[in-house]
Amino acid sequence: MTNGWIDIKNTDMMLIMGGNPAENHPCGFKWAIEAKRNRNAKMIVVDPRFTRTAATADLFLQIRAGADIAFLGGLVNYAIQNNRLAKEYLLNYTNASFLVKEGFQLPENGLYSGFDPATQTYDKSTWNYQEGGNMAGKAAPIDRPAATAAPAPAVLPPNVAYDLALEHPRCVFQLLKKQYARYTPETVERITGIPKDQFLKAADLFTSIRKDGDTKKVASVIYAVGWTQHTVGTQIIRTAAILQLMLGNVGRAGGGVNALRGHSNIQGATDMAGVFDLLPGYLKMPRPEDTDLAAYLKRVTPTVSKPGPWDSFSYWSNTPKFAVSLLKALYGPAATKQDDWAFHYLPKIDRQYSWTQLWDRMYRGEVKGLLSFGMNGVMIGPDTKKNIAALKKAEWLVVGELYPDETSEFWRAPGTTTEQMRQIQTTVYRLPCAGFAEKDGSFTNSARWLQWKNAALPPPGDARLDQDILAQIFLRVRDLYKKEGGKFPDPILNAAWSYTDPQHPSLSEVTKEINGKALADLKDEKTGQEIKTGQQLPGFAWLKDDGTTAAGNWIYCGAWTEAGPQLARRGTEDPSGLGIYPNWAWSWPANRRVLYNRASCDVEGKPWDPSRKQVWWNEAAGRWVGNDVPDFKADSPPKDHMGPFIMNPEGVGRIFAPLAAFAEGPFPEHYEPMESPVKNPLHPNQSNNPVVKKFTTAEDVYGTVEQGFTVICTTYRLTEHYHYWTKHNPMNVETVPEPFVEISADMAKDYGIEGGETIKVTSARGTYIAKAFVTRRIKAMLIDGKKMHQIGIPIHWGYRGIAEDAGKTANTPANLLTPTVIDPNAFTPEFKGFLVKVEKA
Amino acid sequence: MSQATLEIRAISGHAGSVPGAGVKRELEVCKLIDTTTCIGCKACEVACLEWNGLTFSETTFQNSYQTMPETAWNYWNLIKFNEHERDDGSLMLLMRKDQCMHCEEPGCLAACPADGAIVQYANGIVDFQQDRCIGCGYCITGCPFNIPKFSPQARKVFKCTLCADRVTQGLEPACIKSCPTGCLHFGTKAEMKELADHRATQLREHSGFAKAGVYDPSGVGGTHVIYVLHDASDPEVYGGLPADPHVPWTVQLWKKPLKWLGNLAIVAGVAGVFIHYLRYGPKTVPEDLQGGKP
Ligand code: SF4
Repeated sequence: MTNGWIDIKNTDMMLIMGGNPAENHPCGFKWAIEAKRNRNAKMIVVDPRFTRTAATADLFLQIRAGADIAFLGGLVNYAIQNNRLAKEYLLNYTNASFLVKEGFQLPENGLYSGFDPATQTYDKSTWNYQEGGNMAGKAAPIDRPAATAAPAPAVLPPNVAYDLALEHPRCVFQLLKKQYARYTPETVERITGIPKDQFLKAADLFTSIRKDGDTKKVASVIYAVGWTQHTVGTQIIRTAAILQLMLGNVGRAGGGVNALRGHSNIQGATDMAGVFDLLPGYLKMPRPEDTDLAAYLKRVTPTVSKPGPWDSFSYWSNTPKFAVSLLKALYGPAATKQDDWAFHYLPKIDRQYSWTQLWDRMYRGEVKGLLSFGMNGVMIGPDTKKNIAALKKAEWLVVGELYPDETSEFWRAPGTTTEQMRQIQTTVYRLPCAGFAEKDGSFTNSARWLQWKNAALPPPGDARLDQDILAQIFLRVRDLYKKEGGKFPDPILNAAWSYTDPQHPSLSEVTKEINGKALADLKDEKTGQEIKTGQQLPGFAWLKDDGTTAAGNWIYCGAWTEAGPQLARRGTEDPSGLGIYPNWAWSWPANRRVLYNRASCDVEGKPWDPSRKQVWWNEAAGRWVGNDVPDFKADSPPKDHMGPFIMNPEGVGRIFAPLAAFAEGPFPEHYEPMESPVKNPLHPNQSNNPVVKKFTTAEDVYGTVEQGFTVICTTYRLTEHYHYWTKHNPMNVETVPEPFVEISADMAKDYGIEGGETIKVTSARGTYIAKAFVTRRIKAMLIDGKKMHQIGIPIHWGYRGIAEDAGKTANTPANLLTPTVIDPNAFTPEFKGFLVKVEKA
Repeated sequence: MSQATLEIRAISGHAGSVPGAGVKRELEVCKLIDTTTCIGCKACEVACLEWNGLTFSETTFQNSYQTMPETAWNYWNLIKFNEHERDDGSLMLLMRKDQCMHCEEPGCLAACPADGAIVQYANGIVDFQQDRCIGCGYCITGCPFNIPKFSPQARKVFKCTLCADRVTQGLEPACIKSCPTGCLHFGTKAEMKELADHRATQLREHSGFAKAGVYDPSGVGGTHVIYVLHDASDPEVYGGLPADPHVPWTVQLWKKPLKWLGNLAIVAGVAGVFIHYLRYGPKTVPEDLQGGKP
């Protein structure tokens, strides 16, 4: 979240889309209710189903799964056409005025400039700003062909060309206008199935916060995996970001683009690099071409790119400090300057290792074994059948779990004969692990708060803590390397492991290591503050690239300081009344509660809304001060015009995302899901996301309407259950005992299906069997003029659990149906919006 | 629960005066349920099960998110889900928390012939005392809200206690404590009425629910559980909330002139049970029911 859970109470307008917070985040949803109750805030819910969130909404629109960009693009168009814009914000805090290179082309035919069909990739060199300063009034040469001179290295120009009148035909704003002019209410209706009048009602309501030049009101966009789980997931979120930048809602209390995380610590997992292409703190993973640290840092450290008179903090220019401090934390004394800070110890990623790709390689016999902790791999990935087949090909599998789960029992998946079981050679080790209440440690929530928790009770029986199991594995592997050597033992032998009890590393020690400490006496020349060798660092501003600091994750620096565990704080004071609670837990970065909060003020440094004051410029003190920690260079005066988006080299928010930021283009474009019931109405010849690559094993099959897969299907969670765990808990099972398929009353009539009747849902990959839940909360839709049905399947059931073990379900995991196809930016599978057929069982 | 900790206002099947009546008047408690902010998360259902130690029962899918068709002897708190189409064709998903309404004039208590099986405390809570319950089920006919439920195993009737045990200790009922959206409130009747009226006004003025209002039916003298409804003119759509609940006339009649007659019948009934006992010995209680409450 750019903002936080509690901050939602400050909003005037909510767009909840691609998420169902009432059901999946009920505790956090209280703040949405607060906003309604205390501010008369309005709530718009857009979802394929009328959910329990929709039940409390002021306006609900039923959308076809996978049509989100069309809807949001329609909102962008509406805001521009009706001048519902935050003009000053747009001009000063976004790249709306920047000029884009000649040769950059909008995807009128479905493709941006530079596409190579052979490799399905883009040459992105035209996706860049023009060099050159103030271009106001200087008309562009019309339709000049793309420059064909020798390709310059793809970097952003330091002195960006711009037009503050926003009239230059190559300026971002004019290109944006042109791009989304195609997303008319009629087109939105054709693609999304939302009738034009309903769309206009929602568009008018959402953008009403900027009616008649109002700059005080603020709107929040709230989403979850209903946006991410698409082949265009990242671009859906981009469209929302563009909309929020145009309306001036980012950085403001009650605003922002807010991702609701579906697990207690998913934010923490991402922050700590539970993603293959990242190192902790969102540092990029080295690649093979990064032959030394200097080469790596040159590639990943951005250089400032902005209009001449403006200033840009470009905080990522500190990347070398973060990277060297990380290497010091990882390799301790072995990371020396002479040895390039042990950079060569880091693995270099030669290919993509995302979840679906890893399992694909296991299926191909290339991955020999799997350590599976904190997940139920068979159940969570697309195409369960392929995942089970993949595990059969592995040599070994280690599962750390609380319950007997589908992954550790893949070998007895329904339909496996005794004969087939005999053929399976995989050795399975199932280790009893501690549950969340049996461990201490911290959770990082959606609001980026690190919150320390204590263990409530010890693990039962033989169950062990995850860190103890991992420590055992590490120490024994290290012993083997010590004794037997190996291809490259150094990174293992020299990995820092200085815990008091190496067999049982305490999580408080690990957290302190992540925060980081001084490795030499440090002194801040400006303030005179000193930090002695060995002391915990108070914040990331202290990090150095000379080996005198170590920090396992720069954004967590400040969480556990010399003053103690900041993340364990429980102060309930909220002096501003904005729900900032500065002394409750600790929020990264630097305990800031709302990111980019400089943008909550006008150019002069005064809050847009004096009743929701977050930070402001104090002229007398010559500093930014406020109720929240300013997310800004504290002493940069407004007259210097430093951009509020300090993590971008431009200093401003990106309406146009240049160069390699995204795989499919600088502006989002609607592409159909990989399995779609229609050809893309915008450009039938380029229906899907052009850079999405299909998997190619025999299991990877994709269905079409011609094959009879005519029904749109989406998957989701219920409030009564938590993923694949609670099917083992009697009380959860009592509240929703059995799997079901939600189908519309229209469809039930067309198909002659009664509520409660068992039905069979089949995709190109598998079959799911459950009872029909016939409801008026889903309706048949007109997509591109054709009547279509949409159904929904909750994901919670598999082949182990109370109902399953009692023989009360068909033992069919929902992901038997889902396709192995992923978003090219975030690598998330397309669990929403695929094709099936429905029959009576 | 112990009767000693709560001042009693009325007692079922009891001749003579109420102990302690008129000595002291406690504040009347009230639960406010704002159906317009309920999200049907069922946290209250589970909290009720947990706090009251109710046994797990098997449910089946009923073409609804609703856990079971109606409350049960071991399920006192149930969210009723209703898909309701408004006149303009738009859909509403109504979710109403169903449980004992703790009527000011409780029909169950009026109907109950067993001395002390149902008591009404001065704070308004209507509570069943299972040790005095004879399992006749008259309370079931007396209730206009279909709340008391008979346990075939225990041969007694059970229902929501408004967590009288918690309330005497100054705590809110378990459902209130668990509700994540704050759609449940607990306090004095006067406070809750004010809060409810305020919310209903807000719904009328700002949310386009012209008929929003408060449900506190006078037919049973008002209730100690009140609702804010989007449409107070049509409570039936909220899973059969009666528009004008009354204690059935049969019970009213019984309560007054006929009661002594009934008492006679009960005495005869009890005598019958005694004779049965003499002949066949005590009835065995199923194992899972031994050890007290449900
Ligand atoms: S806990 Fe509250 S929001 Fe959830 S179902 Fe019960 S009353 Fe409704």
